[in-house]
Amino acid sequence: MEFKSDKAIFEQIAEYVCEKILQDDYKPEDRIPSVREFGATLMVNPNTVMRAYEHLERNGIIYSKRGIGFLITPESKQKAAQLMREDFLKSVPAFVSRMKLLGIDFKDLEQYS
Amino acid sequence: MIEIKDLSFRYGKHYTVFEQLNLNLKAGYIYGLLGENGVGKTTLLRLLAGLRFPDEGNIHVMGYEPRRRQAEFLADVYYLPEVLDHPINISLNEYVKLYSPFYPRFSHEQLAHYISAFGINPNQKIAKSSHGQQKKAMMCFALACNTRLLLLDEPTNGMDIPSKGIFRRLIASIADDDKCILISTHQVRDLENLIDPIIILEKNRILLNNSVEEITRKLWFGRTPQKSDKDLYREECVGGYNIVGYNDKQEESKVDIEMLFNAAIENKGLFKRLFIDGQNPESRSDFASEMQKRLNAESQK
Repeated sequence: MEFKSDKAIFEQIAEYVCEKILQDDYKPEDRIPSVREFGATLMVNPNTVMRAYEHLERNGIIYSKRGIGFLITPESKQKAAQLMREDFLKSVPAFVSRMKLLGIDFKDLEQYS
Repeated sequence: MIEIKDLSFRYGKHYTVFEQLNLNLKAGYIYGLLGENGVGKTTLLRLLAGLRFPDEGNIHVMGYEPRRRQAEFLADVYYLPEVLDHPINISLNEYVKLYSPFYPRFSHEQLAHYISAFGINPNQKIAKSSHGQQKKAMMCFALACNTRLLLLDEPTNGMDIPSKGIFRRLIASIADDDKCILISTHQVRDLENLIDPIIILEKNRILLNNSVEEITRKLWFGRTPQKSDKDLYREECVGGYNIVGYNDKQEESKVDIEMLFNAAIENKGLFKRLFIDGQNPESRSDFASEMQKRLNAESQK
């Protein structure tokens, strides 16, 4: 996985899991890869994956079950969408200022919707 | 796992490498040891492995003193040097037969997995293969030993591009709560996202020994259109400057290890205060705002 340089790695991993949930690759009660498995797949420090999982757990997207690992919560889809929406909106000011700089109007964007 | 207390070490009488060095490392982490040439990264690894002895101070590793070289200690440590000390004129398979009995947790199953991951021929004489192939062969052995302490000196040097990826994957897969992995390197790009905590060694002292989380709590890495007096380090780039600054906005960014290293080398005193002595970058403004609050309270009385 290629990581962007403008965001902490654990956040990018959390986002990746959220995307998989929104695309129905992960469904409620699915087990997601263990910290070590996922670390090896992404070639990142397992502790970073753990931080991503903790972040997801705090946001009610996954939960841990003793002896099994991390599972997707029933309400994961709404929660993942909410988390990603908040995150997306953070990038809007930069997007809008870029639009202004280039003289693009909001109406010009309608053709993409 | 590792406690180094007031360590001094010299080569001969005059060449001081360490003076009153203190450093603690915990199990469960993959430490990256960074430092300019000649600051003693390899010497530190060799001291930890019991291949060099402290002149003063103490080193304790898993409760043992490495300099005593007790068998139980040596069975639980593996040190892989950057360049093999002497040519190994036997094949990896023969090497395993000779040396694996010294490591009680050696796993032949894992070894087979590593050999196939790196795609090396275990029947070829190690000394007869290229530098990179030798490194990979010895890496397979090192990882299969399953020692609690693993010391790797410049492991990716000489490895081809695919092997570096395989190396990262294998290290991420073997890390567990019992193991401490210490990797000294200049090739920070090869190990980005893998090493955490990061240790920066400087002539005679430690500038940084902190987790990525701790680093990004205090420092911010990113691109800005304008430079500022508050930048700790900056490099000009397309569209502005890549900077290392204080994390005023309390926003977590992605560490750029090269930038971090350059920032540390340019702000040695500050880094030591921030990270080793544990000062807060905001402490001064906190103090100012605290005084302001008190003055306001006074005037209201």
